[in-house]
Amino acid sequence: MLGTLTLLLLCQLAGELAARLLHLPVPGPVLGMILLFGGLLLRGGVPAAVQETAGGLLRHLSLLFVPAGVGVMVHVTRLETEALPIVVALFGSTLFGIAVTAKLMAFLLSRTDPRLQDEPATGNSAEGDRA
Amino acid sequence: MSDDLHQIWVYLSANPLAGLTLTLVAYQCGLWLFEKLGRRPVLNPVLIAVVLIAGVLSLSGIDYRTYFDGAQFVHFLLGPATVALAIPLYNQFQEVRRSALALVVALLVGSAASALSAVALVWAFGGSAVTILSMAPKSVTSPIAMGVSEQIGGLPSLTAVFVIITGIVAASFGTWVLNLVRVKDWRARGFGMGVAAHGIGTARALQVNEVAGAFAGLGMGLNGLATALLLPTLYHLIWG
Repeated sequence: MLGTLTLLLLCQLAGELAARLLHLPVPGPVLGMILLFGGLLLRGGVPAAVQETAGGLLRHLSLLFVPAGVGVMVHVTRLETEALPIVVALFGSTLFGIAVTAKLMAFLLSRTDPRLQDEPATGNSAEGDRA
Repeated sequence: MSDDLHQIWVYLSANPLAGLTLTLVAYQCGLWLFEKLGRRPVLNPVLIAVVLIAGVLSLSGIDYRTYFDGAQFVHFLLGPATVALAIPLYNQFQEVRRSALALVVALLVGSAASALSAVALVWAFGGSAVTILSMAPKSVTSPIAMGVSEQIGGLPSLTAVFVIITGIVAASFGTWVLNLVRVKDWRARGFGMGVAAHGIGTARALQVNEVAGAFAGLGMGLNGLATALLLPTLYHLIWG
């Protein structure tokens, strides 16, 4: 666990340094992610310990959003005065984004590899999607 | 007695322990309520935790900065967690290569559709420039979104709020939209959720179907990358 955390922090640090030194318009952790991905490709596999610790961290990913989310308190005034554009944009663009991405992806999948197409998700609205 | 309590209060509110503990306790409450109330997507654990903490802070008169001094230890982990996204990406690499063309095209179009429609809608309904810039990266997982927001002149903390609401909207209404546009392929359904609604959309897709969950995680990671690379570049091209 300690080793994995060290690895993740080293990748992040290298990413931050590269972003600052080269003036790249990309956040440091993203460069860190690319570095780690490249490293895994070179190595040809994920060590079990890394798989486990990283899995644990990602399972609690949503906890990590909480402190930033509480920042809503700081923005109450803005959210009130601009409520209409904010609400319309959040609902409209999110649902539009889902629809466009999924529809295009389904269309392209059916054209490129019909062989691999999964069983149609019939009845999903009845059972699988209750949760 | 009340003087002792006051002393303790002064000590705790100047110490990271209180903010950190409050964050973890509120999140556990959020998880518990989410399970108790039948795992309704609208009652997302993140949403519950945020509301609880905001309530506690308002009632006790502690300001957000003081709270964040403690909570920053949780917040800090977003960095290493972003790096760790390389691992699910690597695990899905075979699947990715197989449907690479469809993935790349759907990613670029979907990513642009989410960001541009958000910007256009805020602008059309009269939102301010700062709100527009903070809204642009809202479909991406928050560590990336906040970094991008900072680079293009938005408010990272406002972006974080938009990111979380985006996830909750998708978790609540995503299934309905996917049924409406009649997409049945689980790979496409999951990918749409991941690209448009990051981690919270991915968590939701995982609840419904494993294949959808894997592709959602992939969509989240790829869109994080695409947005981090493309949005600041576009911004500098357009606004200099």
